[in-house]
Amino acid sequence: MSGDRGRRRVGVVAVQGAVEKHLTILEELDVAGRTVLGKDDLAGLDAVILPGGESTTISKGLERLGLVDPLRAFAVAGGAMLGTCAGAILLAREVRNDAVPTLGLLDVRAVRNAYGTQVNSFSASSDPGGDPELAGMRCVFIRAPQLEDPGAAVEVLLRVDTRPVLVREGRILASTFHPELAGDPRIHQLLLEL
Amino acid sequence: MSDQSSGNDDQRTGAESFELKIGLAEMLRNGVIMDVTDAEQAKLAQEAGACAVMALERVPADIRRDGGVARMSAVDMIENIQRSVSIPVMAKVRIGHVMEARVLEALGVDFIDESEVLTPADDEHHIDKHDFKSPFVCGARNLGEALRRIGEGAAMIRTKGEAGSGNIVEAVRHLRSVCGEIRTLQSLRPEELMAHAKHLQAPYELVRFVHENGRLPVPNFAAGGIATPPDAALCRQLGAEAIFVGSGIFKSEDPAARARAIVHANTHWQDAAEVMAACRGLANAMEGIEMSTLDESERLANRGW
Repeated sequence: MSGDRGRRRVGVVAVQGAVEKHLTILEELDVAGRTVLGKDDLAGLDAVILPGGESTTISKGLERLGLVDPLRAFAVAGGAMLGTCAGAILLAREVRNDAVPTLGLLDVRAVRNAYGTQVNSFSASSDPGGDPELAGMRCVFIRAPQLEDPGAAVEVLLRVDTRPVLVREGRILASTFHPELAGDPRIHQLLLEL
Repeated sequence: MSDQSSGNDDQRTGAESFELKIGLAEMLRNGVIMDVTDAEQAKLAQEAGACAVMALERVPADIRRDGGVARMSAVDMIENIQRSVSIPVMAKVRIGHVMEARVLEALGVDFIDESEVLTPADDEHHIDKHDFKSPFVCGARNLGEALRRIGEGAAMIRTKGEAGSGNIVEAVRHLRSVCGEIRTLQSLRPEELMAHAKHLQAPYELVRFVHENGRLPVPNFAAGGIATPPDAALCRQLGAEAIFVGSGIFKSEDPAARARAIVHANTHWQDAAEVMAACRGLANAMEGIEMSTLDESERLANRGW
Protein backbone atom coordinates (compact mmCIF):
# COMPACT_ATOMS: atom_id res chain seq x y z
CA MET A 1 0.00 0.00 0.00
CA SER A 2 2.98 2.33 0.51
CA GLY A 3 3.15 2.71 -3.26
CA ASP A 4 -0.30 4.29 -3.07
CA ARG A 5 0.79 7.04 -0.66
CA GLY A 6 -0.18 10.42 -2.00
CA ARG A 7 -2.38 8.96 -4.74
CA ARG A 8 -6.13 9.36 -4.69
CA ARG A 9 -7.98 6.17 -3.83
CA VAL A 10 -11.18 5.16 -5.59
CA GLY A 11 -13.18 1.97 -5.05
CA VAL A 12 -15.33 0.26 -7.68
CA VAL A 13 -18.22 -1.78 -6.28
CA ALA A 14 -17.57 -5.24 -7.73
CA VAL A 15 -20.85 -7.08 -7.19
CA GLN A 16 -21.33 -7.50 -10.94
CA GLY A 17 -20.83 -5.56 -14.16
CA ALA A 18 -18.20 -3.52 -16.01
CA VAL A 19 -15.80 -3.17 -13.07
CA GLU A 20 -12.55 -3.61 -14.99
CA LYS A 21 -13.22 -0.81 -17.50
CA HIS A 22 -13.50 1.69 -14.62
CA LEU A 23 -10.30 0.37 -13.06
CA THR A 24 -8.53 0.85 -16.40
CA ILE A 25 -9.53 4.52 -16.58
CA LEU A 26 -8.51 5.08 -12.95
CA GLU A 27 -5.12 3.57 -13.72
CA GLU A 28 -4.73 5.93 -16.69
CA LEU A 29 -5.45 8.85 -14.33
CA ASP A 30 -2.80 7.55 -11.90
CA VAL A 31 -5.46 6.90 -9.26
CA ALA A 32 -5.22 3.87 -6.95
CA GLY A 33 -8.29 1.86 -7.91
CA ARG A 34 -9.58 -1.12 -5.93
CA THR A 35 -12.59 -3.40 -5.96
CA VAL A 36 -15.16 -3.12 -3.18
CA LEU A 37 -16.79 -6.37 -2.04
CA GLY A 38 -17.44 -5.55 1.62
CA LYS A 39 -17.67 -2.61 4.01
CA ASP A 40 -14.01 -2.91 5.07
CA ASP A 41 -12.99 -2.15 1.47
CA LEU A 42 -14.46 1.37 1.83
CA ALA A 43 -11.89 2.46 4.41
CA GLY A 44 -9.66 5.29 3.23
CA LEU A 45 -11.36 5.82 -0.13
CA ASP A 46 -11.79 9.29 -1.65
CA ALA A 47 -14.59 8.17 -3.95
CA VAL A 48 -16.69 5.14 -4.88
CA ILE A 49 -17.95 4.11 -8.32
CA LEU A 50 -21.10 2.07 -8.84
CA PRO A 51 -20.49 0.58 -12.31
CA GLY A 52 -22.83 -0.43 -15.08
CA GLY A 53 -24.20 -3.94 -15.10
CA GLU A 54 -27.63 -5.27 -14.17
CA SER A 55 -29.32 -3.09 -11.57
CA THR A 56 -31.44 -5.99 -10.25
CA THR A 57 -28.34 -8.13 -9.79
CA ILE A 58 -26.26 -5.36 -8.22
CA SER A 59 -29.09 -4.23 -5.94
CA LYS A 60 -29.49 -7.76 -4.57
CA GLY A 61 -25.72 -8.07 -4.29
CA LEU A 62 -25.41 -4.86 -2.24
CA GLU A 63 -27.81 -6.35 0.30
CA ARG A 64 -26.12 -9.76 0.24
CA LEU A 65 -22.71 -8.19 0.85
CA GLY A 66 -24.01 -5.85 3.57
CA LEU A 67 -22.98 -2.77 1.58
CA VAL A 68 -26.23 -0.76 1.60
CA ASP A 69 -25.78 1.10 4.92
CA PRO A 70 -21.98 1.48 4.63
CA LEU A 71 -22.36 3.08 1.16
CA ARG A 72 -25.02 5.47 2.49
CA ALA A 73 -22.76 6.31 5.42
CA PHE A 74 -19.86 6.89 3.02
CA ALA A 75 -21.93 9.45 1.08
CA VAL A 76 -23.31 11.11 4.22
CA ALA A 77 -19.75 11.48 5.53
CA GLY A 78 -18.94 13.46 2.37
CA GLY A 79 -17.47 10.73 0.15
CA ALA A 80 -17.82 11.36 -3.58
CA MET A 81 -19.75 8.84 -5.68
CA LEU A 82 -20.25 8.16 -9.37
CA GLY A 83 -22.96 5.85 -10.68
CA THR A 84 -22.95 4.86 -14.35
CA CYS A 85 -26.10 3.37 -15.95
CA ALA A 86 -27.15 0.66 -13.47
CA GLY A 87 -25.12 2.59 -10.90
CA ALA A 88 -27.21 5.71 -11.60
CA ILE A 89 -30.39 3.69 -11.02
CA LEU A 90 -29.03 2.49 -7.68
CA LEU A 91 -28.26 6.07 -6.56
CA ALA A 92 -31.76 7.33 -7.43
CA ARG A 93 -34.46 8.30 -4.96
CA GLU A 94 -36.91 5.91 -6.67
CA VAL A 95 -37.41 3.70 -9.74
CA ARG A 96 -40.53 3.99 -11.86
CA ASN A 97 -40.66 0.52 -13.46
CA ASP A 98 -39.43 -2.92 -12.31
CA ALA A 99 -38.49 -1.22 -9.04
CA VAL A 100 -35.36 -2.34 -7.22
CA PRO A 101 -34.24 -1.16 -3.76
CA THR A 102 -31.88 1.82 -4.21
CA LEU A 103 -29.48 3.80 -2.05
CA GLY A 104 -31.64 6.94 -2.42
CA LEU A 105 -28.71 9.36 -2.53
CA LEU A 106 -29.75 11.32 -5.63
CA ASP A 107 -33.02 13.22 -5.94
CA VAL A 108 -34.21 11.82 -9.29
CA ARG A 109 -36.60 9.11 -10.47
CA ALA A 110 -34.99 6.44 -12.70
CA VAL A 111 -36.80 4.77 -15.59
CA ARG A 112 -35.17 1.42 -16.38
CA ASN A 113 -34.50 0.26 -19.95
CA ALA A 114 -36.12 3.51 -21.03
CA TYR A 115 -34.97 3.24 -24.66
CA GLY A 116 -35.85 -0.47 -25.06
CA THR A 117 -33.81 -3.66 -25.25
CA GLN A 118 -30.28 -4.10 -26.64
CA VAL A 119 -31.44 -3.63 -30.26
CA ASN A 120 -32.27 -0.03 -29.24
CA SER A 121 -28.86 0.68 -27.69
CA PHE A 122 -26.99 3.59 -29.31
CA SER A 123 -24.21 6.12 -28.97
CA ALA A 124 -24.47 9.87 -29.56
CA SER A 125 -22.70 13.16 -28.84
CA SER A 126 -23.95 15.24 -25.95
CA ASP A 127 -26.20 18.17 -26.90
CA PRO A 128 -24.50 21.58 -27.35
CA GLY A 129 -24.61 23.67 -24.18
CA GLY A 130 -24.24 22.25 -20.71
CA ASP A 131 -20.93 22.13 -18.85
CA PRO A 132 -18.21 23.49 -21.23
CA GLU A 133 -15.56 21.26 -19.62
CA LEU A 134 -17.56 18.26 -20.75
CA ALA A 135 -18.54 19.49 -24.23
CA GLY A 136 -18.74 17.01 -27.11
CA MET A 137 -18.88 13.97 -24.85
CA ARG A 138 -19.49 10.77 -26.81
CA CYS A 139 -22.14 8.95 -24.82
CA VAL A 140 -22.58 5.16 -25.11
CA PHE A 141 -26.03 3.97 -24.04
CA ILE A 142 -26.52 0.24 -23.36
CA ARG A 143 -30.09 -0.71 -22.40
CA ALA A 144 -29.93 2.67 -20.72
CA PRO A 145 -32.20 4.25 -18.13
CA GLN A 146 -33.51 7.82 -18.12
CA LEU A 147 -33.61 10.18 -15.17
CA GLU A 148 -36.75 12.24 -14.59
CA ASP A 149 -38.25 14.65 -12.07
CA PRO A 150 -34.94 15.96 -10.70
CA GLY A 151 -35.15 17.80 -7.36
CA ALA A 152 -34.11 21.45 -6.94
CA ALA A 153 -30.61 20.53 -5.74
CA VAL A 154 -29.89 18.43 -8.83
CA GLU A 155 -27.82 20.09 -11.56
CA VAL A 156 -28.03 18.72 -15.13
CA LEU A 157 -24.49 18.75 -16.57
CA LEU A 158 -25.12 17.05 -19.93
CA ARG A 159 -28.09 16.20 -22.11
CA VAL A 160 -28.63 14.00 -25.17
CA ASP A 161 -31.76 14.54 -27.27
CA THR A 162 -32.74 17.14 -24.60
CA ARG A 163 -32.90 14.48 -21.85
CA PRO A 164 -30.58 14.66 -18.81
CA VAL A 165 -27.76 12.09 -19.10
CA LEU A 166 -25.25 13.43 -16.54
CA VAL A 167 -26.45 14.96 -13.29
CA ARG A 168 -24.87 16.09 -10.05
CA GLU A 169 -26.17 16.66 -6.55
CA GLY A 170 -23.43 17.78 -4.17
CA ARG A 171 -20.74 15.10 -4.35
CA ILE A 172 -22.98 12.55 -6.06
CA LEU A 173 -22.57 12.19 -9.83
CA ALA A 174 -24.67 9.96 -12.09
CA SER A 175 -24.55 9.22 -15.82
CA THR A 176 -27.04 7.16 -17.79
CA PHE A 177 -24.29 6.42 -20.34
CA HIS A 178 -20.93 4.64 -20.03
CA PRO A 179 -17.89 6.96 -19.92
CA GLU A 180 -15.78 3.89 -19.09
CA LEU A 181 -16.64 2.28 -22.45
CA ALA A 182 -15.83 5.34 -24.57
CA GLY A 183 -12.54 5.75 -22.71
CA ASP A 184 -13.10 9.47 -22.03
CA PRO A 185 -11.59 10.23 -18.57
CA ARG A 186 -13.27 13.62 -18.04
CA ILE A 187 -16.11 12.31 -15.87
CA HIS A 188 -13.72 10.35 -13.65
CA GLN A 189 -11.61 13.51 -13.36
CA LEU A 190 -14.72 15.45 -12.37
CA LEU A 191 -15.45 12.84 -9.69
CA LEU A 192 -12.01 13.46 -8.20
CA GLU A 193 -12.53 17.24 -8.25
CA LEU A 194 -15.97 17.28 -6.60
CA MET B 1 -37.22 5.07 -30.38
CA SER B 2 -35.32 7.33 -32.81
CA ASP B 3 -37.95 10.10 -32.78
CA GLN B 4 -35.46 12.47 -31.15
CA SER B 5 -32.60 11.71 -33.50
CA SER B 6 -30.64 14.91 -34.01
CA GLY B 7 -29.76 14.12 -37.62
CA ASN B 8 -26.46 15.98 -37.78
CA ASP B 9 -24.55 13.98 -35.17
CA ASP B 10 -21.63 12.27 -36.94
CA GLN B 11 -20.97 10.19 -33.86
CA ARG B 12 -24.43 8.69 -33.57
CA THR B 13 -24.42 4.90 -34.02
CA GLY B 14 -27.04 2.23 -33.52
CA ALA B 15 -27.07 -1.24 -32.03
CA GLU B 16 -25.41 -2.72 -35.14
CA SER B 17 -22.11 -1.12 -34.08
CA PHE B 18 -19.62 -3.65 -32.73
CA GLU B 19 -18.73 -1.31 -29.84
CA LEU B 20 -22.30 -1.37 -28.51
CA LYS B 21 -22.50 -5.16 -28.83
CA ILE B 22 -19.28 -5.60 -26.85
CA GLY B 23 -20.65 -2.96 -24.45
CA LEU B 24 -23.49 -5.24 -23.36
CA ALA B 25 -21.07 -8.16 -22.99
CA GLU B 26 -18.99 -5.91 -20.69
CA MET B 27 -22.11 -5.23 -18.60
CA LEU B 28 -22.59 -8.96 -18.08
CA ARG B 29 -19.06 -9.44 -16.73
CA ASN B 30 -18.64 -10.80 -13.23
CA GLY B 31 -22.14 -12.26 -13.50
CA VAL B 32 -23.96 -15.58 -13.78
CA ILE B 33 -26.18 -16.31 -16.80
CA MET B 34 -28.70 -19.08 -16.18
CA ASP B 35 -30.55 -21.42 -18.56
CA VAL B 36 -34.33 -21.29 -17.97
CA THR B 37 -37.22 -23.01 -19.69
CA ASP B 38 -40.21 -20.97 -18.48
CA ALA B 39 -41.22 -17.70 -16.80
CA GLU B 40 -41.21 -19.23 -13.33
CA GLN B 41 -37.62 -20.41 -13.66
CA ALA B 42 -36.64 -17.04 -15.13
CA LYS B 43 -38.04 -15.25 -12.08
CA LEU B 44 -36.25 -17.67 -9.79
CA ALA B 45 -32.98 -16.98 -11.62
CA GLN B 46 -33.46 -13.19 -11.42
CA GLU B 47 -34.35 -13.46 -7.73
CA ALA B 48 -31.18 -15.50 -7.09
CA GLY B 49 -29.02 -12.78 -8.65
CA ALA B 50 -28.52 -13.93 -12.27
CA CYS B 51 -27.39 -11.06 -14.55
CA ALA B 52 -29.21 -12.58 -17.56
CA VAL B 53 -31.21 -15.66 -18.52
CA MET B 54 -30.91 -17.96 -21.51
CA ALA B 55 -34.40 -18.92 -22.67
CA LEU B 56 -34.57 -22.44 -24.10
CA GLU B 57 -37.13 -25.21 -24.37
CA ARG B 58 -35.04 -27.97 -22.84
CA VAL B 59 -31.86 -27.68 -20.78
CA PRO B 60 -28.88 -29.36 -22.48
CA ALA B 61 -29.09 -32.45 -20.23
CA ASP B 62 -32.62 -33.10 -21.56
CA ILE B 63 -31.61 -32.38 -25.17
CA ARG B 64 -28.90 -34.99 -24.73
CA ARG B 65 -31.35 -37.49 -23.21
CA ASP B 66 -34.23 -36.95 -25.66
CA GLY B 67 -32.21 -36.86 -28.88
CA GLY B 68 -33.87 -35.69 -32.10
CA VAL B 69 -33.36 -32.29 -33.70
CA ALA B 70 -32.94 -29.41 -31.23
CA ARG B 71 -34.09 -26.07 -32.67
CA MET B 72 -34.61 -22.43 -31.64
CA SER B 73 -37.16 -22.18 -28.83
CA ALA B 74 -40.81 -21.31 -29.42
CA VAL B 75 -41.41 -17.58 -29.89
CA ASP B 76 -44.28 -17.49 -27.38
CA MET B 77 -42.15 -19.08 -24.71
CA ILE B 78 -39.33 -16.55 -25.26
CA GLU B 79 -41.82 -13.66 -25.18
CA ASN B 80 -43.28 -14.98 -21.96
CA ILE B 81 -39.85 -14.96 -20.37
CA GLN B 82 -39.09 -11.47 -21.74
CA ARG B 83 -42.27 -10.22 -20.05
CA SER B 84 -41.49 -11.90 -16.75
CA VAL B 85 -38.02 -10.46 -16.00
CA SER B 86 -36.18 -7.13 -16.29
CA ILE B 87 -32.68 -8.62 -16.77
CA PRO B 88 -31.42 -9.32 -20.33
CA VAL B 89 -32.88 -12.33 -22.12
CA MET B 90 -30.73 -14.45 -24.41
CA ALA B 91 -31.80 -17.29 -26.68
CA LYS B 92 -30.10 -19.90 -28.85
CA VAL B 93 -30.10 -20.49 -32.60
CA ARG B 94 -28.69 -23.40 -34.56
CA ILE B 95 -25.18 -22.90 -35.98
CA GLY B 96 -25.54 -21.23 -39.39
CA HIS B 97 -29.31 -20.69 -39.12
CA VAL B 98 -29.54 -17.07 -40.28
CA MET B 99 -33.34 -17.00 -40.22
CA GLU B 100 -33.69 -18.28 -36.66
CA ALA B 101 -31.32 -15.45 -35.74
CA ARG B 102 -33.44 -12.91 -37.67
CA VAL B 103 -36.51 -14.11 -35.76
CA LEU B 104 -34.75 -13.60 -32.40
CA GLU B 105 -33.56 -10.17 -33.53
CA ALA B 106 -37.15 -9.26 -34.45
CA LEU B 107 -38.17 -10.41 -30.96
CA GLY B 108 -35.69 -7.93 -29.48
CA VAL B 109 -33.70 -10.65 -27.73
CA ASP B 110 -30.70 -9.03 -25.99
CA PHE B 111 -28.07 -11.63 -26.97
CA ILE B 112 -28.17 -14.49 -29.49
CA ASP B 113 -26.21 -17.67 -28.74
CA GLU B 114 -25.21 -19.42 -31.98
CA SER B 115 -24.93 -22.68 -30.13
CA GLU B 116 -23.51 -26.15 -30.62
CA VAL B 117 -26.10 -27.35 -28.08
CA LEU B 118 -28.73 -27.16 -30.84
CA THR B 119 -28.52 -29.32 -33.96
CA PRO B 120 -26.38 -27.46 -36.55
CA ALA B 121 -28.23 -26.09 -39.60
CA ASP B 122 -25.05 -25.60 -41.66
CA ASP B 123 -22.10 -27.95 -41.45
CA GLU B 124 -19.60 -25.52 -43.01
CA HIS B 125 -20.56 -21.94 -42.22
CA HIS B 126 -21.49 -19.90 -39.18
CA ILE B 127 -23.75 -16.84 -39.35
CA ASP B 128 -22.33 -13.48 -40.54
CA LYS B 129 -22.96 -11.85 -37.19
CA HIS B 130 -21.80 -8.35 -38.15
CA ASP B 131 -24.99 -7.98 -40.16
CA PHE B 132 -27.28 -7.93 -37.07
CA LYS B 133 -28.40 -5.43 -34.43
CA SER B 134 -28.44 -8.15 -31.78
CA PRO B 135 -25.08 -9.13 -30.34
CA PHE B 136 -23.97 -12.78 -30.59
CA VAL B 137 -22.13 -15.13 -28.28
CA CYS B 138 -20.43 -18.25 -29.66
CA GLY B 139 -18.68 -21.24 -28.14
CA ALA B 140 -14.99 -22.00 -28.65
CA ARG B 141 -12.60 -24.77 -27.62
CA ASN B 142 -9.38 -22.94 -28.46
CA LEU B 143 -7.99 -19.57 -29.53
CA GLY B 144 -8.27 -20.18 -33.27
CA GLU B 145 -11.95 -21.06 -32.99
CA ALA B 146 -12.57 -18.04 -30.72
CA LEU B 147 -10.91 -15.65 -33.19
CA ARG B 148 -12.79 -17.12 -36.18
CA ARG B 149 -16.08 -16.48 -34.37
CA ILE B 150 -15.00 -12.93 -33.42
CA GLY B 151 -14.00 -12.39 -37.05
CA GLU B 152 -17.57 -13.32 -38.01
CA GLY B 153 -18.85 -10.75 -35.50
CA ALA B 154 -19.31 -12.54 -32.16
CA ALA B 155 -19.26 -9.94 -29.34
CA MET B 156 -18.72 -12.52 -26.60
CA ILE B 157 -16.93 -15.86 -26.48
CA ARG B 158 -17.74 -18.68 -24.09
CA THR B 159 -16.02 -22.01 -23.71
CA LYS B 160 -18.08 -24.85 -25.10
CA GLY B 161 -17.30 -27.18 -22.24
CA GLU B 162 -19.55 -30.20 -22.59
CA ALA B 163 -23.10 -28.92 -22.17
CA GLY B 164 -25.51 -31.01 -20.12
CA SER B 165 -22.75 -33.24 -18.77
CA GLY B 166 -22.46 -31.78 -15.26
CA ASN B 167 -18.75 -32.42 -15.77
CA ILE B 168 -16.40 -29.43 -15.61
CA VAL B 169 -13.43 -31.14 -17.27
CA GLU B 170 -14.13 -29.90 -20.81
CA ALA B 171 -14.73 -26.28 -19.76
CA VAL B 172 -11.42 -26.41 -17.88
CA ARG B 173 -9.70 -27.84 -20.95
CA HIS B 174 -11.14 -25.10 -23.19
CA LEU B 175 -10.31 -22.28 -20.76
CA ARG B 176 -6.75 -23.51 -20.32
CA SER B 177 -6.45 -23.85 -24.06
CA VAL B 178 -7.71 -20.33 -24.91
CA CYS B 179 -5.83 -18.60 -22.07
CA GLY B 180 -2.65 -20.66 -22.61
CA GLU B 181 -2.63 -19.93 -26.34
CA ILE B 182 -3.04 -16.22 -25.56
CA ARG B 183 0.08 -16.35 -23.39
CA THR B 184 1.98 -18.18 -26.13
CA LEU B 185 0.91 -15.62 -28.71
CA GLN B 186 2.09 -12.76 -26.47
CA SER B 187 5.58 -14.24 -26.38
CA LEU B 188 5.99 -14.30 -30.18
CA ARG B 189 8.01 -11.80 -32.20
CA PRO B 190 6.05 -9.58 -34.63
CA GLU B 191 7.42 -11.35 -37.73
CA GLU B 192 6.12 -14.66 -36.38
CA LEU B 193 2.48 -13.52 -36.20
CA MET B 194 1.46 -14.27 -39.78
CA ALA B 195 2.67 -17.86 -39.64
CA HIS B 196 0.94 -18.20 -36.28
CA ALA B 197 -2.31 -16.84 -37.73
CA LYS B 198 -2.01 -19.50 -40.42
CA HIS B 199 -1.42 -22.14 -37.74
CA LEU B 200 -4.44 -20.98 -35.69
CA GLN B 201 -6.59 -20.56 -38.83
CA ALA B 202 -7.53 -17.15 -37.46
CA PRO B 203 -7.70 -13.63 -38.96
CA TYR B 204 -4.28 -11.90 -38.85
CA GLU B 205 -5.59 -8.59 -37.46
CA LEU B 206 -7.20 -10.36 -34.51
CA VAL B 207 -4.06 -12.40 -33.90
CA ARG B 208 -2.14 -9.12 -33.77
CA PHE B 209 -4.67 -7.63 -31.34
CA VAL B 210 -4.24 -10.56 -28.96
CA HIS B 211 -0.45 -10.37 -29.28
CA GLU B 212 -0.52 -6.68 -28.32
CA ASN B 213 -3.22 -6.77 -25.63
CA GLY B 214 -2.90 -10.21 -24.05
CA ARG B 215 -6.64 -10.80 -24.16
CA LEU B 216 -9.46 -11.47 -26.60
CA PRO B 217 -11.01 -8.34 -28.15
CA VAL B 218 -14.36 -9.36 -26.56
CA PRO B 219 -15.30 -10.71 -23.11
CA ASN B 220 -14.41 -14.35 -22.47
CA PHE B 221 -16.93 -16.35 -20.42
CA ALA B 222 -17.12 -20.01 -19.32
CA ALA B 223 -19.92 -22.48 -20.03
CA GLY B 224 -20.57 -26.21 -20.19
CA GLY B 225 -20.61 -28.46 -17.15
CA ILE B 226 -20.69 -25.95 -14.26
CA ALA B 227 -22.71 -27.63 -11.48
CA THR B 228 -21.37 -26.42 -8.11
CA PRO B 229 -20.15 -23.19 -6.42
CA PRO B 230 -16.50 -24.35 -6.59
CA ASP B 231 -16.96 -25.15 -10.32
CA ALA B 232 -17.95 -21.51 -10.83
CA ALA B 233 -15.00 -20.21 -8.80
CA LEU B 234 -12.60 -22.54 -10.64
CA CYS B 235 -13.65 -21.15 -14.03
CA ARG B 236 -13.13 -17.59 -12.80
CA GLN B 237 -9.70 -18.53 -11.46
CA LEU B 238 -8.74 -19.95 -14.86
CA GLY B 239 -9.57 -16.64 -16.53
CA ALA B 240 -13.31 -16.67 -17.30
CA GLU B 241 -14.82 -13.20 -16.84
CA ALA B 242 -18.33 -14.52 -16.08
CA ILE B 243 -20.13 -17.86 -16.23
CA PHE B 244 -23.09 -19.58 -17.84
CA VAL B 245 -24.88 -22.29 -15.87
CA GLY B 246 -27.11 -24.54 -17.93
CA SER B 247 -28.44 -27.79 -16.58
CA GLY B 248 -26.51 -27.37 -13.32
CA ILE B 249 -29.23 -25.41 -11.57
CA PHE B 250 -32.58 -26.84 -12.64
CA LYS B 251 -31.29 -30.44 -12.80
CA SER B 252 -30.13 -30.22 -9.18
CA GLU B 253 -32.29 -31.10 -6.18
CA ASP B 254 -32.48 -27.50 -4.91
CA PRO B 255 -32.53 -25.00 -7.80
CA ALA B 256 -33.21 -21.82 -5.81
CA ALA B 257 -30.57 -22.45 -3.14
CA ARG B 258 -28.05 -23.67 -5.69
CA ALA B 259 -28.63 -20.66 -7.94
CA ARG B 260 -27.98 -18.29 -5.01
CA ALA B 261 -24.93 -20.31 -3.96
CA ILE B 262 -23.38 -20.22 -7.43
CA VAL B 263 -23.97 -16.46 -7.65
CA HIS B 264 -22.27 -16.00 -4.28
CA ALA B 265 -19.28 -18.17 -5.19
CA ASN B 266 -18.96 -16.33 -8.50
CA THR B 267 -18.80 -12.94 -6.72
CA HIS B 268 -16.24 -14.20 -4.20
CA TRP B 269 -14.24 -16.54 -6.40
CA GLN B 270 -11.00 -15.28 -4.88
CA ASP B 271 -12.13 -16.02 -1.31
CA ALA B 272 -12.23 -19.73 -0.40
CA ALA B 273 -14.06 -19.05 2.88
CA GLU B 274 -16.95 -17.44 0.98
CA VAL B 275 -17.02 -20.25 -1.60
CA MET B 276 -17.15 -22.72 1.31
CA ALA B 277 -19.99 -20.74 2.88
CA ALA B 278 -21.85 -20.94 -0.44
CA CYS B 279 -21.56 -24.75 -0.40
CA ARG B 280 -23.09 -25.09 3.07
CA GLY B 281 -26.49 -26.79 3.27
CA LEU B 282 -26.85 -27.59 -0.43
CA ALA B 283 -28.66 -30.76 -1.51
CA ASN B 284 -27.29 -33.00 -4.28
CA ALA B 285 -25.91 -31.50 -7.46
CA MET B 286 -27.06 -32.81 -10.84
CA GLU B 287 -25.83 -36.24 -11.74
CA GLY B 288 -22.79 -35.99 -14.02
CA ILE B 289 -21.52 -37.91 -17.01
CA GLU B 290 -17.97 -39.29 -17.12
CA MET B 291 -16.48 -38.15 -20.44
CA SER B 292 -15.09 -41.57 -21.42
CA THR B 293 -18.65 -42.94 -21.52
CA LEU B 294 -19.58 -40.37 -24.20
CA ASP B 295 -18.99 -41.43 -27.77
CA GLU B 296 -17.27 -38.79 -29.97
CA SER B 297 -20.52 -38.44 -31.92
CA GLU B 298 -22.38 -37.61 -28.68
CA ARG B 299 -20.05 -34.73 -27.79
CA LEU B 300 -21.77 -31.42 -28.50
CA ALA B 301 -18.46 -29.51 -28.34
CA ASN B 302 -17.36 -31.13 -31.62
CA ARG B 303 -20.01 -29.12 -33.48
CA GLY B 304 -18.81 -25.84 -35.00
CA TRP B 305 -16.11 -25.17 -37.59
